[in-house]
Amino acid sequence: MANKPDNNAYWAANLRLVTICLVIWAACSYGLAILLRPLVSGIAVGGTDLGFWFAQQGSILVFLVLIFFYAWRMNKLDKEHGVDEE
Amino acid sequence: MDQTTLNFLVVGASFALYFGIAIWARAGSTSEFYAAGRGVNPVVNGMATAADWMSAASFISMAGLIAFVGYSNSTFLMGWTGGYVLMAMLLAPYLRKFGKYTVPEFVGDRYYSNAARVVAVICLIVISVTYVIGQMTGAGVAFSRFLEVSSTTGLITASAVVFVYAVLGGMKGITYTQVAQYIVLIIAYTIPAVFISLQLTGNPIPGLGLFGNMAEGQSGAGEPLLVTLNGLLTDLGFSEYTSGNTPWLMALFTLSLMIGTAGLPHVIIRFFTVPKVADARWSAGWALVFIALLYLTAPAVGAMARLNIMNQFWPQGVEGEAVSVETIQTDPAYNWMLTWQATGLLGWEDKNGDGRIQYYNEGGAGMAELAAERGWSGNELTNFNRDILVLANPEIANLPGWVIALIAAGGIAAALSTAAGLLLAISSAISHDLIKSVINPNISEKGELLAARVSMAGAIVLATYLGLNPPGFAAQVVALAFGLAAATLFPTLMMGIFSKRMNAAGATWGMVAGLVVTCLYLFTYLGWFFIPGTNMLENTAANYLFGIPPTHFGPIGALINFGVAYVVSSMTAAPPQHIQDLVESVRIPRGAGAAINK
Repeated sequence: MANKPDNNAYWAANLRLVTICLVIWAACSYGLAILLRPLVSGIAVGGTDLGFWFAQQGSILVFLVLIFFYAWRMNKLDKEHGVDEE
Repeated sequence: MDQTTLNFLVVGASFALYFGIAIWARAGSTSEFYAAGRGVNPVVNGMATAADWMSAASFISMAGLIAFVGYSNSTFLMGWTGGYVLMAMLLAPYLRKFGKYTVPEFVGDRYYSNAARVVAVICLIVISVTYVIGQMTGAGVAFSRFLEVSSTTGLITASAVVFVYAVLGGMKGITYTQVAQYIVLIIAYTIPAVFISLQLTGNPIPGLGLFGNMAEGQSGAGEPLLVTLNGLLTDLGFSEYTSGNTPWLMALFTLSLMIGTAGLPHVIIRFFTVPKVADARWSAGWALVFIALLYLTAPAVGAMARLNIMNQFWPQGVEGEAVSVETIQTDPAYNWMLTWQATGLLGWEDKNGDGRIQYYNEGGAGMAELAAERGWSGNELTNFNRDILVLANPEIANLPGWVIALIAAGGIAAALSTAAGLLLAISSAISHDLIKSVINPNISEKGELLAARVSMAGAIVLATYLGLNPPGFAAQVVALAFGLAAATLFPTLMMGIFSKRMNAAGATWGMVAGLVVTCLYLFTYLGWFFIPGTNMLENTAANYLFGIPPTHFGPIGALINFGVAYVVSSMTAAPPQHIQDLVESVRIPRGAGAAINK
């Protein structure tokens, strides 16, 4: 394990990225769509409120963006830390 | 040409396509049989994963579940897609880097323990076998309704089709058949939805139409579709479509489905087929793109079908007269009620003898008074099986015959593609993890390939038998599959990657604890081994521990697994250095190519 310090920095960066993504993941699905729905009930969307839209459309769209963002960011991190596949 | 002939032609053409692919993509080695030679393009794998994942439950049942409950069942939409975020970030890339063929293989190697490997095989088989029963019965129902054969004939035909391409092609054959099945099922699902959305709202994209206004010529023209639907429902004593209660239970159930999804072995192994770690990350995103096409459409299908059904039963609005029995029997627009009545999945009864069918919620607030005033004697739509909603949807909306034939092919494709993925997970666990790793490590490559094919054939026979003689608890068993995946495999896999300190004893006892406690909780309310009448407590909210229903138990089982694993591993020795090095190497993508086919 010659380049161990670098691997540690890479892993820490990965954990930070995963944490950020999962906070957004939870905030949209468990938050806006379910538990925090009453807080955003004033925002009208097509005959109902923002929480209902997040529950039936918005969360899925956010999940999509998160996975592609994570893949793009990680593939860049791989190269920066020299751990990408040759 | 009559409808049944048309259905036969479309379904037959789809089968011919699957067979053609099977012959073209025969597996010649164990690497091809287990992991399609790791040569699958990430977008193609995403499409195959979507078909692998979207089962008869997604295609046939989900929109019906949403239609009759509304907002509260959004849990299925978020739960069955949100799990991919967990899989993409916590499992898939690292397991691909590990570079082996099966989920128990990772557990056994990472925890340097054949005990852990065997416990993982048991969990995998319980999860996958219970799951596959639902697919076989789903295919049987679709066959019997659309091709007018008995459901036994339908089920055996479905098994024979899977047998041909799964035994011949292994993962390679299954991958490319799943791509074809995805295309069939997504076309079948979206075309009727687009038609119906156009009819009701004038918007061709169902997910937008759901939040749009009613089109000209529709009742309630100009006001939002959801307002019209809420109005109709509350007038008839049903609860509002867009409201729900007990948010914490919704959140818990969503979490259970998400963790369960991420821990399902037949989905995880799909990510072993791509060439690189970076591809596994992209592939998870593509899988969700293809899944989202159906999942963003499903809530619209549910709401619009519910609206169409309400309008059919109350053609003059809630204030006017209900539909007459004579109309149902003579008007072609009501033909679907007659065909589905014949299957026993739809039923009505003119209780008050007024020659009309009143559909309302007799338990709703103020409905007893309204019924007395208008001379109703209770709800007369006595039976509406939720599973028929998607299958009957094109008929309810009066769409052309070829659309109905497509739905038949789509439902069968959804069931077959998932069944094949599950059967592969089962057979590779037997031939690779039990036979090759534990019983006979010296088996030749050719011998293992043969063992894999024989296990596959055996798994299909077992699945067919269970499909023909479904243990009367198919619905509960699906809850068991998700609960167990959440409580056993997901925590064990995650700790294997994210904790270098986790050792064999911790992981094994964690899995056993998750498995046993989850099973006990389910058996307490649903009966020992689901045998009716043997439950110790009645399955009602008053009896639940902290109010948690057995279907929502997955996250609690996962917590128990994590907790037990942590305590046991901190009391026992750390894993040996070469295992800690293995964890280090799994965490970085470099060198994934070298790990291939070891």
